[in-house]
Amino acid sequence: MALDRSADDARPYVERAHPTHPTLVDPEHVVADLYGMINVPTVVWIDERGRIVRPNDAQFGTDTFTAFHGKKSAPFLAALRAWVRDGRGALADSDARAQQRLPSAEEQLARAHFTLAWHLHQRGRTEAAERHFLRAGELSPHDWTIRRGSMPIRGINPMGPQFFELYKEWEAAGKPGYPTQPLEGE
Amino acid sequence: MAGEAFTLIEGGRATPVEARLAEGRVRVAEADVERAFGWKLAPQGLCKGPVCVPVRDRAGLAAEGGVDLETLAETLGLPLALDREERVAVLGASSAERCGRLASLEAPDFELPDLAGRLHRLSDQRGKKVLLIAYASW
Repeated sequence: MALDRSADDARPYVERAHPTHPTLVDPEHVVADLYGMINVPTVVWIDERGRIVRPNDAQFGTDTFTAFHGKKSAPFLAALRAWVRDGRGALADSDARAQQRLPSAEEQLARAHFTLAWHLHQRGRTEAAERHFLRAGELSPHDWTIRRGSMPIRGINPMGPQFFELYKEWEAAGKPGYPTQPLEGE
Repeated sequence: MAGEAFTLIEGGRATPVEARLAEGRVRVAEADVERAFGWKLAPQGLCKGPVCVPVRDRAGLAAEGGVDLETLAETLGLPLALDREERVAVLGASSAERCGRLASLEAPDFELPDLAGRLHRLSDQRGKKVLLIAYASW
């Protein structure tokens, strides 16, 4: 599921990967809001009954950016295969809850401003939209889906100087993210 | 004073209504609030389905000109993003609702389009393990 502004942003990646699973687009951040997602990639394990057995976690399927973030894909892929094969690695409810990052009132207000900004942007109200993208970022400063995710919409290069400024700010704040325990081998 | 065109957004749905803007406040007719947000002003309070929220200051919430949007959001404990100049307001989900739902560990259901525009629901995958991955081109 791509937290992108349109299917066209995601298309080149999807066409190259030829996935056999459904690949969806969420420009309005409906799922980010429902699941309290604040960055990408975010993975969630959901069992056959529709229960969350591993909540939001930052995990990578490849080692393309390992030099940058220091995380390897192998422990995650091994854990994922074990879960698919025989259900190993599913957390007890209390452990799953302990690993959840719960959204604050300010963060929910930020999401409302993001929705408003996106609505205005789609109607060509660029300047008004900018006010609400900025307000959303002030209210939820460590939410990358808002701060970096809005960059392409606002005509800002998401790999450019503003991204590196954002990264430094996040690093200085102690790299806030999901409170997950390391997987075996991590 | 005649009403002005205004848009109310909730749960991904935009509803055009008429609003009265005066002294920095935005008021919308009770029927339009119910149409846009699903909340109805009843004798026992603000009600949506089986849920009713008590209203302490009824006169402050609903006057002749309609329901005051900011007082409505405050009474319900819901986030409101409002732009008076652009005539749009978004009523969001509260952190209490989101936290309660996440803590239940029931994966929230959703419906989203694929690249061809075909809709998929998470609950269509019931009976299979699902790895939900959020990624982005940015």
